[in-house]
Formats: sequence, structure tokens, C-alpha cells
Amino acid sequence: MESEYRFQHKHILGIEELSDRDICFILDTAESFKEISQRPIKKVPTLRGKTVIHLFFEPSTRTRLSFEIAAKRMSADTFNIAAATSSARKGETLIDTAKNLTSMKPDIIVIRHSSSGSPHLLARHIKASVINAGDGTHEHPSQALLDMMTVREKKGKIAGLKIAIVGDISHSRVAHSNIIGFTRMGAEVHVSGPATLIPAGIKELGAVVSHRVEDAVADADVVMALRIQKERQLDPLLPSLREYAAFFGINRTLMKLAKPDAIIMHPGPINRGVEMTFDVADGDQSVIMDQVTNGVAVRMALLYLIMGGEDR
Amino acid sequence: MNVTQATLLQNGRIIDPALNIDEPGDLLIVDGIIRQQGKARSIACPPNCESIDLHGKWLVPGLIDMHVHLREPGEEYKETIASGTRAAAAGGFTAVACMPNTSPVNDNQSVTSLILTKAAAEGSARVYPVGAISKNSKGTELAEYGELKKAGAVAVSDDGRPVANSQLMRRALEYSGNHNLLVISHAEEVSLSENGVMNEGALSTRLGLRGIPTVAETIMIYRDLALAEYVGRPIHIAHISTRESVDLIRRAKMRGCRVTAETAPHYFTLTEEAVGIYNTRAKMNPPLRAADDLAAIREGLRDGTIDAIATDHAPHSAMEKDVEFDQAANGIIGLETAVPLSLALVRENVLSPARMIELLSVQPARMLGVAGGSLAAGNPADITVIDPEKSFIYREENVVSKSGNSPFLGWELTGKAVLTIVAGRITFREL
Repeated sequence: MESEYRFQHKHILGIEELSDRDICFILDTAESFKEISQRPIKKVPTLRGKTVIHLFFEPSTRTRLSFEIAAKRMSADTFNIAAATSSARKGETLIDTAKNLTSMKPDIIVIRHSSSGSPHLLARHIKASVINAGDGTHEHPSQALLDMMTVREKKGKIAGLKIAIVGDISHSRVAHSNIIGFTRMGAEVHVSGPATLIPAGIKELGAVVSHRVEDAVADADVVMALRIQKERQLDPLLPSLREYAAFFGINRTLMKLAKPDAIIMHPGPINRGVEMTFDVADGDQSVIMDQVTNGVAVRMALLYLIMGGEDR
Repeated sequence: MNVTQATLLQNGRIIDPALNIDEPGDLLIVDGIIRQQGKARSIACPPNCESIDLHGKWLVPGLIDMHVHLREPGEEYKETIASGTRAAAAGGFTAVACMPNTSPVNDNQSVTSLILTKAAAEGSARVYPVGAISKNSKGTELAEYGELKKAGAVAVSDDGRPVANSQLMRRALEYSGNHNLLVISHAEEVSLSENGVMNEGALSTRLGLRGIPTVAETIMIYRDLALAEYVGRPIHIAHISTRESVDLIRRAKMRGCRVTAETAPHYFTLTEEAVGIYNTRAKMNPPLRAADDLAAIREGLRDGTIDAIATDHAPHSAMEKDVEFDQAANGIIGLETAVPLSLALVRENVLSPARMIELLSVQPARMLGVAGGSLAAGNPADITVIDPEKSFIYREENVVSKSGNSPFLGWELTGKAVLTIVAGRITFREL
């Protein structure tokens, strides 16, 4: 029954744990929050008196700022702990950190950490709700949600679309969350990139793998490029960024294979001239800045929903 | 004046594959030696003799675990020779071979002597030290095998730090021949496994954890088999975990290569699925593999490709285990769960009872060239009594080892060692 649905997650650890109903409900909620950011006074009292701690063990500009703006627009009190200033450098374990934070009675911990599964470890040892803001090469659920929100907004739907994700699939938590999320919502996800950057068993996550990037992009409704990190040359996974750009970079010629109204996405930050050319990144098809805008709305929705969705 | 000490074990099911016996019988121990073995109720109790009724129990040669980590010297907060051998006794083991990756590394006679002195004074099981293949297990210079052997080492291995240099492995295989030491290979090609934390596959991708491919193990087995055959020396492959490893060793044996191999109970009991939601108690090296590998390991145990079940007992404290999965130490304790987990294979008709005892006693003794593995009269009285029907829940508070890093905590297990005897001395009794 439609009316019986209730969002029941205490934590947001990954897209894996969310059903298609959950995802739809989060996106609907986020859409209704989008308007708040367009008001002259961009603040609602919904989370007044709630304490949100941003616990970031990895550098981040965009995601942390987006979470912080989201929390502040909901009137929560926010605090930032960056790895450089935290006890992690003094050898404190994550469980000890969790216990200490619990003693200060926060309501939500937003964590980013280089170890996959660290939000799950934190959630097991803390009373507060935990939001995963990116864990290792595992998941980045809020990014996938804002990507799905952007696609739904631009295309009017997700089911039935062809989504091409190009680049470093192995090391991308964004790709993992998006493959799970878009597949769950009924889209067909194609991935392509150097075979060295396509992880084992990715097909079992629901993705179609193409060796030729042209096959992935052909007739796609959405083309998403992922960031290539320079250190990948050392593993050795890539001969050079130059070769990558030549064979896997998204450019205008390649985009001619996609649907005429295809949109171009990137989770940022972009290596211009590597994953995509300047003209494509800034062109009409690019929705990269819409992704950033929607990020705030999605995070507002997540904070609101895991706090029980009351007092709206 | 010598006081004779005698114990009569009565009416147990004597399983002694070395003597091809599997029938009810009695066994008389006098002064730490097996004096007599006979049909049930056929041996009379001498004066001052304790008799123990073993109806319904298995009476088998003392179990030998050829692959444990006792952590002493250096990491006594995880385990000591005293606590580790107490865990061994509680699990039914009368002897263990301890790996050299202690601190300092057991690459010389002093460390070997220290281990043996401690074991003699505080141990509840026989301890057979395994020396290092290379000095400090660095993989560059050979350790002093002659001195190690003289001090009491029974084998050499750089367990935990696989020998990357093929020339060094070749020289180790050659030189071990002078001192009759078994070379035990921890087969891992580190350039393929480096930074990996679980089996590579769909699950590692799903969990975002760096994978260790099966070929990291098999490539090194290939190399070590080639070297052993080339120099004409035996080699023992530790803790095999993959189908390809079993296949390789089976084929090598068929063409006459003197290779032996062991696996651990977790590789025939659990798959990678046990990692679940980042359970560090399911993290070990080599990692838990896929269901197909588990099936192949079971077949290898059954058909004789695999020669021994060894636990790779690897105690770690909460400090190493209650952390992020990729930061957690490798390894689980195993001494106290090997018997019930092996018995599960007997119940599933993978192994006969006699085959299980071969894997846990007869063959480890033979491979290491140590006493035990048989209940023949005249042998030291190293004896294990197993109650194959006894069920228990393996709980943290009942763990005898100093560490509790086991994926089997909370499991209901069936079958347990209830009496362990080393040289006539009872080291564990629960009946």
C-alpha cells in the first residue's frame, strides 16, 4: 500500500541498503527542499537543536561544504573535524573516536574515510545516525542520489535510460553507488575504461562492460566521466594521462554517438583535458553545475529523513 | 625409588590409521609410554592405575598442528607459549609447530632454544619450532639451518613474509637437504597481492575492498614446485586456499614430485561471504575464497592431495582487530575449533574418521619427522580422546587462547576433544 510506506533508515551507509522506494522518496523530498535554497532567507528551523558533526579523514572541499550548507539551512549546529586536527594522528582508533563523540551527544555524524566500511564500524559503536560521505572505494551514497536527482530532473525519469559511466571504475566509490542506484531504479548502466580500471565481478553489480568507450556511449541518455587520479600511473594501471585522454576522454566526436539530448555529468573535481575536453565540460549538454546544486538539496533531505522526518 | 604411574583408557574407539585399526579397544599407559593396546576390556588395570571409561569416544594418536603462531617472544599480549599450548591442549592437540615470525624472528639457535626452554617449563603441548628460511625473514640471506636444527628446529619457513627471490628459495631448498629440514612455503606472489585484504571478485568489488587474486597463490606454488623438482628436494606448501592450488599439487604428486600440502579448517568451512559487513574476524591471509574453491579444498582433503589440516592459529588482540577492515591484522585463532570443524567433514561424508586422523596426526608427524602419529606400544603416550557427539557453543568467555579473534564465536559446534595426554601427562580433561 502506497500510504504505508515509511522511511526507516537510521543511517545512510550506502545505496546498497536503499530500496527503489527509499531512493524515490529521498529524491522527492530533496526536490521539495530545493526551493529553500532559492529563498532570500535560506533557512528553515527543521533541525534546530540538532548537532551534526562532519568527521572528515580525507580531504574534501565540495562534499563537506555541501553537507555543511545543507545542515545550516536546516538550522542544525554543525562542527567540523578534519583528519589533520583530529586524534587519528595521535593514534586514537575509530572506535575510541566514536565513543568520545557519543559522550558529547551528537545527532548525526557525517563521515568520510579512506577505509571502506569505516562508516559501518562507526555506526556499530555510536548512538548517533551516521551518513557515509565516501568510504574508500566502497560507496558515496549522497553523490549517487544527487546524480539520480539530476538525471530524473533533466530526463523526467530514470527507468529505461542508458547511462554510460567512463573512467576509473575500480577506484570510484561514485561509480559503485551509481551502478547500484541507477540499476535499482531501472536504468541500464554501461561502464567503460581501461581494462586495468574495471574491477572483478562488476557485471554482478548489474553493469554492462564495454572495452570500446564508443559502445558504452552509443545511444546513451547520460554520459558520466570519472576522475582519473594521477597516481594510477604508478600501479601500473595506465601508461599515461595523455593516452587515457586520447582513447577514453569524453570529447565532441564521441558525444555525437550518444543521443542528441544526452546529458554530461562528472562528480568533480574535473581534470580538464583528461576525462573530458573543455568544450564538453562547459557545453550545453553539461549538467555538472546542476549536480552541485542538487547536492545541497539531497543532503538536506538525508539529514531530515534520518532524523525522523518530523516538524517539517 | 621410581613410582610407576599407569593409566588405563578403556573401551574407546581406537582409530590408528598407522596401524590400520578402527575398533573398540583399551590402551594402557605406563610411565608416559604406551605399554599395551588391545581389544575392549582385554587389559587389566595394574595396581595404582587410574582407569578411564571411554565408551562412545574416539581414542586417537595425539593431534599435531603443524602451523601455529605462539607470538612468544615479542607479542606476549596476544599469546604466549604457555597460553597457546593450553589452547592446543583444549583443542586436542598434543604438539604444535610454531612459525618463526616472532619478534625477534626465530632465525637462530638462541630463539629456538628460548622457545624450547619455555615450552618445557610452561607448555601444555610439545612445541616444535620452525626456523626462518632467511635471516630476519628478509628474503636475502639464508638463516643458519645447521644451528637451527641442532637447537631443535624441525623445518624452515618465512611464513607471513613470502620468499620473493627465486634464487634464495632455490638455495633454501638445496641447503635444507644438508640438515634434513623441511622447507615450508608460504606461497604468495606479493606484487599481485599487495594491499589486498580479501578474495578478489564480485564481493570485494561490492565492498570496495582491494582484492587478492587466486593467482597470487598459484603462481608461487608453480614456482616453488618447479624449484623443488629441479633441485630434487621435498617441499611443503602451507595453507592452500584455491582450486588451482589443489589442482597443481595433485598433478605434481601424480608425476612424482615430493610435495606435501596443508589447508586450514576455515578454508573448508567458510567462504568469502563470511566477511559480511566488514567482519575483521574473517580476514586472514590467504583470504577466504569462493564456494568453488572450498569444494576443491574438500576434495583435495578427501583424495589425498592435501596431506594435513593445520590451523594457522594466529592470535591478535582487539587492538589489531577492532579497527577498519583494511587496517586490521590478518589471521584467526584456530586450535580450539579444528576438531569440531574437521568432524563436520566426517559427518558430511567427505572424510572417514581414519582419514581425519591421518590429516591431523599421522601425516604431520611424518612430514615434520617427529614422534607421534601412532598408538603402537612403545610410543610416547601422546593421546587425544574425542567425543564426536558433544555439542557446545563456542563463546568468547570460554576461549582458552589469550586472543578471541575467531569467526566461529557464537557457533554451535559438535565434537570436542575431552581428554588430551602428552607423554602420559593429562594436559586437558573434560570428562
